[in-house]
This record gives sequence, C-alpha cells and structure tokens, in this order.
Amino acid sequence: MPESKGRFGRHGGQYIPETLMNAIIELEEAYNHYKDDPEFNKELTELLNDYAGRPSNLYFAKKMTKDLGGAKIYLKREDLNHTGSHKINNVLGQALLAKKMGKTRLIAETGAGQHGVATATAAALFGMECVVFMGKVDTERQALNVYRMKLLGADVVPVTSGTATLKDAVSECMREWTTRIDDTHYCLGSVMGPHPFPTIVRDFQAVISRESKAQVLEKEGRLPDYVLACCGGGSNAIGSFYHYIEEEGVNLIGCEAAGRGIDTFETAATINTGRIGIFHGMKSYFCQDEYGQIAPVYSISAGLDYPGIGPEHAMLHDSGRAQYVAVTDEEAVNAFEYLSKTEGIIPAIESAHAVAHAMKLAPTLPKDKIMIITISGRGDKDCAAIARYRGENINE
Amino acid sequence: MSNIAKAFENGKAFVPFITCGDPDLETTAKCVVEMQKAGAALIELGIPFSDPTAEGPVIMEASLRALEAGCTTDKVFEMVRKLRTEMGVTVPMVFMTYANVVFSYGIERFCQKASEAGIDGMILPDVPFEEKDEFDGICKNYGLDLISLIAPTSEERIAMIAKEASGFIYIVSSLGVTGVRSEITTDIPSIVASVRAASDTPCAIGFGISTPEQAQKMSQSADGVIVGSAIVKLVAQYGKDAPEHVGEYVKSMVDAIK
Ligand SMILES: Cc1ncc(COP(=O)(O)O)c(C=O)c1O
Repeated sequence: MPESKGRFGRHGGQYIPETLMNAIIELEEAYNHYKDDPEFNKELTELLNDYAGRPSNLYFAKKMTKDLGGAKIYLKREDLNHTGSHKINNVLGQALLAKKMGKTRLIAETGAGQHGVATATAAALFGMECVVFMGKVDTERQALNVYRMKLLGADVVPVTSGTATLKDAVSECMREWTTRIDDTHYCLGSVMGPHPFPTIVRDFQAVISRESKAQVLEKEGRLPDYVLACCGGGSNAIGSFYHYIEEEGVNLIGCEAAGRGIDTFETAATINTGRIGIFHGMKSYFCQDEYGQIAPVYSISAGLDYPGIGPEHAMLHDSGRAQYVAVTDEEAVNAFEYLSKTEGIIPAIESAHAVAHAMKLAPTLPKDKIMIITISGRGDKDCAAIARYRGENINE
Repeated sequence: MSNIAKAFENGKAFVPFITCGDPDLETTAKCVVEMQKAGAALIELGIPFSDPTAEGPVIMEASLRALEAGCTTDKVFEMVRKLRTEMGVTVPMVFMTYANVVFSYGIERFCQKASEAGIDGMILPDVPFEEKDEFDGICKNYGLDLISLIAPTSEERIAMIAKEASGFIYIVSSLGVTGVRSEITTDIPSIVASVRAASDTPCAIGFGISTPEQAQKMSQSADGVIVGSAIVKLVAQYGKDAPEHVGEYVKSMVDAIK
C-alpha cells in the first residue's frame, strides 16, 4: 500500500474532505518553499525576538528543587512570551506564512483562549481579519481571554455544537475553512490535524528545545535527564522534546489531563485511555467508544480538554521514546498553587499538569539529575476558575 | 457493472439521503421503503458520527439525536438486513459515514458485514484520494464501491480522481458543508465536462439542493441529483410520521428530474 503523506509511523495522514485538499497542498508547497528561505527566517526570528520576547528564560527553580529534595529543576519560561504562552511561537510563523501566501484572513480554534489570543494578536500586527471559534463552555470558563481577543479586533464565535469545547471548535473551524478558502488561512493551534499542520506547528515550536538545549549546556555543561511538558494536542510538548529526541539519555515525559481520573469517564487522557482512530484529519489516538464515536472528554483545563493527541506523540508513544502520564484536576490545582507560593510563578493550569508530575517524580531522583519543566503559559487566565474550584467566588 | 452503476441506467437518478436512527431505526426503515416506492434510484444511508465535520447543522443535529436514541453501527447493519430480506428493498444502497466509524470497527469486519447485509458501496467524506487505498482495496474484495468525491476546488485533481472512481462520482455542488442553499453558483457543467473527459462513471450532484426547480436544473448537467438536508429536515419535523412525507417529497423530486 503506498504510504500517504505526512506519516509518523502509522499515524498522521490527510483525512479531510476533497474540498480542502488543494488548500492543504498549497499550504504544504508554500511551507516547503519558505521554511528554508533566509528572508522568511530572518523576519520570523526578528518577530520572535523583538515582538514576542524570545529567547525565553531557562530558570533554575532553586526553592522548588530544595523543597522537593531530588532532581535539579529548571523551568523553561514560555509564560514570559508576549501574550503569555508558547502559542505565539507557532502563530507568528503561520501568520507570516499566510501573509506570504497572500491570505488576508485568519481563522483559529481555541480552548483556553491562549491560541485565540495569540492569533488575534498576530492578525492585529499584520493587519489581517481574524475569527476565533471557541466552545461555549470555554468562553465561560475563560472569559478574560474572550475579552482580550475582542480587544485585539477579532470576532469570537461561541460554538454550541457537541460538547461545546475544544474539539467542537476545531470541527467548526474545518467547516468554516471549507466555506471560505481563497482568502483564509486556518491557523491551527497544535501539532494535530491533517498534514502538513503537525509538521509546521512542530517546526515553529521546536524553538523551545533549540533554546533550552543551548541554555542547559551553558548552565550545566550537559543535557538534562528529564524533559516534562503538558500535553493537549501536544504542541508545547513536541516543541520541548524535539531537539532531544535523538539524545537517548534524555527522558521525555508528556503530561496528559486525567480530569477526575483515568478510571472515570471524566478524563481527557488520550494516550492513557484512548485507542487508535481517525479524526480531525489525522490518524492517532483518540478517546472514543467501541463504535468509534468520539468521547465527550473533560478536564479542568480548557487547553487540555481534547479527545486526541498529535500523530508524532502517538508515534513516540508506540516506539517508547516518550512516556505519557496522566495528572488529575486535583493534582494540577495543587501544583498551580504550589508553584505560585514556592517560586512566585503562577503557571497556566495546563502547565500545572507538568509541574504536578514533576512534584511526584523529582523527589524520587538523585540530586545530580537535571529536569526541565516547560511552563507553557501563565496562569492569570485561570485564577477565577481555580478560585471557583476551591469554593471561592471572585469577580474578574 | 456494479449495482450502483446500474442505478444510473434508467434516466436521471434521484438519490435521497437519510440519517439512520433519527428518530429511530424503524422510522428510518419505513422512510427507505417509501423512497423506493417514490422512485429513488439509489439510497444513501448515513451512519451517525458524533463529530461530522463535513456536515451542516441539519445533518449534524440529526446524527446527534440518532446517537442519543441509541443508534449503533451494528443496529444499522441489522436494519439493512431487514430491508433486504423482509421489507422488499431492492434499490442499491450505500453507506455515508466518517472514516473513524469504519476504521474503529475494523475496515475488513465493517466491509464484510455491510456487504452481507446488502450494502453496495460507501461514501467517506473525510477520506480523500490520497488516503483511499487503505479502504478501497478491502471494499473491492467485498464488492463495495468506494464513492469518490469531487469538489468545486478540485480543478486539476479531477482527472486523477475520476480515473479511479467506481460506482458513481459524487460532485459537491458548493463550497462548505451540507445544508440547504438558496443558490448554487459553481460552474457545474464545466466540472462535469472535466469528469467526462477522464471517466465514464456516472456523476451525481449533491450539497445544497432542496427544491424541485434546483434538482431539475442540476439534473441537466449530470446523471443524478443527491438530496440530504431537505429530507433530514422533514424527518426532524414529522418524527415517526415522516415516512409518508418523505415519500411525497421524493416523488416530487423524481418527477422534477424525469
Ligand atoms: C498554556 C497552554 N499550555 C498548553 C496548552 C495545550 O496545547 P498543546 O498541547 O498543543 O501545547 C494550551 C492550549 O490552549 C495552553 O494554553
């Protein structure tokens, strides 16, 4: 059987309606042209450095290290990027590409709102039109980000179909894209969807590990033993892993959202509870029932509340190169509070899933081990929801 | 020649679509019987999927109602078997569903059961030409046609797709998702001409068609006309009483394209 394009082992591919095929091919051709174009890369680097504030710091978390009493912990501070998360890395790349392709309108899905905010930001910067699709449930739990997107000039469309969360926002974006292709680029927010998106988004997020590798070599003179990142679709995780994949001594750990627990139905831990399937343009692991109906997933974190995972992660899981663990709401909220009090850093609730696993793992490791945790975003957007979780009502 | 191709031999073909299991499978089966009586040449049976990304609100909502009401792939197979063995349905029938419904059931197991039940082909809107081999080879082994779709954006892809098409070719009339449209602006005749240059496989046009006038107009450039949302809407409106209304509607469309 001839292998279709964009495969990661048996995962990936291009499972999309014929209506979108030429748009996807056009995108792939444009990307292949620009990815090695010195002018494009110069522009992108300038944007990342001067506008988004890269490189992001690799910060030694001294108090946390001491408190946990094991491995030496570094935090890769994607929360310090402009717009407050790693999402801007991908968005600046895709928006620049879209502009070169002559597109004048960006559409995007968003869960936590961080990708939507990043896309609205890039659209404002490049003078493009922007429409963000967001599950109705998420517009309520991430109200602050809805306001930010509108402030940046984007239209925010609340999606009421299905579970009214991230997966439905992705579906709605795909529907919108089939309706209007000529002037519109679908700025997909994670390493998922049909080829070439998983590759494009991974390449734009790989800046995280490119920097962290140089930074840890400079600070420690060696590579880390562990790299941890939270994993929804998996963009910050693949970006954090990418330049270590070939380095066999580096353990790569993706932290999925277990929601109320992987033995309950209220979970979003795809690798831990899902099985192989085809959805949203790709073959990968999905939470689904015995007939292939996509499961209504749940997590306190809107950004991890997705029933699938990017195909490259599915491959890294199959090969055993990366490990995927599940972290519950309760553990993530504890970690959210812990990092705030211990290091004075309020992480996104998504990133807190990685912190939570580090809190379990680090104390079991000797002091000479080095661990990098990616803090994919900052937690301001989550304060109201976490307060609610703790039974407190605050007015935003 | 496959049963599906034969459906296009007696003049213009009217091809109705229905979402299985909305409001229940008994009603779906009765609707299918009425469709045959009214002169449908080929019937598309939608197996509901939780997240139908090529569907507009009408079919999406029907799919969710059907799943909510307990419709499953196995129950649809059973309904098809009954239509063939007990209810006298002889017109060709094809499944229209999403890749994951087939893949997660096991492509081989799905095709075997579909074929045994009396299905003639499959339409998978999220399986484009580039991904079809995984499904097509197995379909062929079980005598099922995997229907190819051609869109207004297909352009230079048309010849490649048409050359490997079997059964019929589904020409998507408009950009966007399924749903009733007041106006169809795509240059259908030129798409059909490109298809004809590459293949003898019959062409049917679908997406957005709802009125006899639209059907009449579309049928002039192709071998058949497909209607989904307008029928699914009738089912939503009349529920268990839908079969009679669906029959009348199909008759009006069949007459319009004669
Ligand atoms: C701060 C933050 N981290 C992580 C994620 C999850 O996405 P991914 O797994 O693609 O990094 C999101 C998504 O909204 C996010 O906002």
